[in-house]
Amino acid sequence: MNASTDEHFRSKDLLGLRFLSTGEITHILDVAEQFRGLNLRAIKKVPTLRGKSVVHLFLEPSTRTRTSFDIAAKRLSADTFSISGSGSSTSKGETLVDTARNLAAMHPDIIVVRHRRAGGALMLSQALPGTCVINAGDGACEHPTQGLLDLLTIRRALGGFRGRVVTIVGDILHSRVARSNVWGLLKVGAAVRVCGPPTLIPPGLKELGVEVHHDLQEAIAGADVIMALRIQQERIPRGGHFFPTLREYSRLYGLNRDKLRNWARKDVVIMHPGPVNRGVELEPEVVDGDWSVILDQVENGVAVRMASMYLVLGGERAAAREGRG
Amino acid sequence: MSVRPTILVGGRVLDPDTGHDDIADVVIDRQGRIKEVGPNLAAQADTKWLRIDTSGKWVMPGLVDIHVHLREPGHEYKETIETGSRSAVAGGFTTIACMANTRPVNDTGSVTRFMVERAKACGLARVLPIAALSKGLKGESLAEIGDMIDEGAVAISDDGMPVMDAHLMRRGLEYSRIFGVPVSVHEEDSCLAHRGCMNEGATSTRLGLPGIPNASEDVMVARDILLAELTGGHVHVAHISTAGSVRLVREAQARGLHVTAEAAPHHFMLTDEAVGDYDTNAKMAPPLRAAEDRDAILRGLVDGTICAIATDHAPHPAQDKDVEFELAANGIVGLETAWGLTIQRVNEGVFDLMHAIRLLTSGPSECFGLETGTLRVGRPADITIVDPSGEQPVIPAELWSRSHNTPFGGWTLPTRIDRTLFGGRSVYVWDGERGQIGGDTASTRRR
Repeated sequence: MNASTDEHFRSKDLLGLRFLSTGEITHILDVAEQFRGLNLRAIKKVPTLRGKSVVHLFLEPSTRTRTSFDIAAKRLSADTFSISGSGSSTSKGETLVDTARNLAAMHPDIIVVRHRRAGGALMLSQALPGTCVINAGDGACEHPTQGLLDLLTIRRALGGFRGRVVTIVGDILHSRVARSNVWGLLKVGAAVRVCGPPTLIPPGLKELGVEVHHDLQEAIAGADVIMALRIQQERIPRGGHFFPTLREYSRLYGLNRDKLRNWARKDVVIMHPGPVNRGVELEPEVVDGDWSVILDQVENGVAVRMASMYLVLGGERAAAREGRG
Repeated sequence: MSVRPTILVGGRVLDPDTGHDDIADVVIDRQGRIKEVGPNLAAQADTKWLRIDTSGKWVMPGLVDIHVHLREPGHEYKETIETGSRSAVAGGFTTIACMANTRPVNDTGSVTRFMVERAKACGLARVLPIAALSKGLKGESLAEIGDMIDEGAVAISDDGMPVMDAHLMRRGLEYSRIFGVPVSVHEEDSCLAHRGCMNEGATSTRLGLPGIPNASEDVMVARDILLAELTGGHVHVAHISTAGSVRLVREAQARGLHVTAEAAPHHFMLTDEAVGDYDTNAKMAPPLRAAEDRDAILRGLVDGTICAIATDHAPHPAQDKDVEFELAANGIVGLETAWGLTIQRVNEGVFDLMHAIRLLTSGPSECFGLETGTLRVGRPADITIVDPSGEQPVIPAELWSRSHNTPFGGWTLPTRIDRTLFGGRSVYVWDGERGQIGGDTASTRRR
């Protein structure tokens, strides 16, 4: 494989880290790093996407991801339009593909989509050959910008990925964040462990090269990063019998100061995709402690989303054309 | 209703039931029944007889499918008895047993009678309704099975809806003994399947889709084997999909219990990897499983544990399939691809040709106690003629079924159905360029 062609982002869509090459991932992180600097300036707006329109099609409730995308688009000077699940035509029986085609007929440049069902973003991208689609989370499949912002956060905290151990703790089965992180971390060369009750670990992970643990102490021993996942009660189907109570879950898989002091590396980094159930996945002192890079994740999210929008629109190709012309 | 006496001349007659595998002629009488099968019968042929040259062709009993969904009454936008019958005869099937999940459900004699009469009016294939086990397929109380049997139902099934109430299943099996018909069981513990929409495994993990474990089928097969033992009823496992169920059925048969099973072509051709990136044409219940399961089904078909290939022909139009995977309807059409897929396995050396034909003729026929699926003298002249030198490209938009939901689009299947006779009459003929429904007296042309 030719590494140089690999280092550019070629797709019109960002659907998942499973579809990206290592070079593409690194490249998105590098571009995000540049936008990160911009977000620290007094004047944060650049004209990069002036005249472009971005539709936020959020068919599942979201506050932080949607806000993060909206800020990212506006800092790039794009016009943004928001459509949410309730009040949209999907609640009137229109299919996802028809909703998308109707939106596409108004010629937006990017559709950022969040959908309750796995495969939703891929479906949109196939229905819309002429529009860029960014997946903002589809069911339990992927949440690529979250995966990328997690990678950026880890790279900034540790300087790189090779030889590093990342332990993901919690509901792996229903988590799109876990899947995006697993694909991404494996591609950039980190070692990945997952930890949770056997009821929340999907099959086939070992075959991918992921270490599977059910004992928190073993799982976090020697880890450079611990990523705690939110117990998303709204996503866990009723009658699933995955664990008896949040209290017991927390006792077995929640992180507190004692467990970290006794079992983890001193310099371990704690991450969480948010929003945190304080006292369930993480004790408040852990959320707010020196270990935590949770707010860095949020900060990096804006930069990663700016990079994503810039790159799917072929920003570099366009810039190169203008430079030549 | 008499037909013109007909002689099929010079074909290779292949009939597992009578043991024919030789060059022979077949004579069909005025009643549309088989009069004689043997070499060099052409000399005695009357000049008024219809003479069909079958040299170079295979002449077999019309294929028998004991598991299809014809959707009429109630879901005519998916399929009708007529379009489903066309699909059947184009695929070489002359006998099809249709499941009860119509609207209204086939849970009363009058619905059964409607189906039988509609099929007679179409006159293309032998359509045999299957009676619902429970009223409305609700799994709560027994339907009027006796009435439906009297109107022509040949088996009992709540297919599509697992019967979770073991007591109801016990009583259904006991009651079925009055009529000596099988109870075809859709084996899926809906609690274990939970909200799954595909096989549980590496592919479901990759796609983030909720999975269905093999155990959801296996526990039900185990339960119903025990109930067959308790009741003496005939348990027929529909669309068997797991290695575990094949093993359980094999053990039950070794113990002398009346337990049989059928397998669908998609379960012996594909694995859950066919779901790819959310291909809803690879979504069905039970789901496509792992390679070990597919291989166990092939072994079960070879050793006779599984006595029939049945398509589970389940037509759904685009609006029911072109949606999110989790929301898509279950099932695929199968009548027009089953023969070619089976022969593909023959060509690969998995099945012996005669055995493959048995699995599509006398196997299912004996299982359901039907008179077709054989070329015995006196039986209906339901005959399928195959051109072994032909091939069949699968083009979904050109299927005869009203729906085109197949994962085999783009495949080219070996051999081609050359002609299908139903009761001595040609109901499907390949004219060299295209198929014609209605055969020699074609009134309905292809779209």
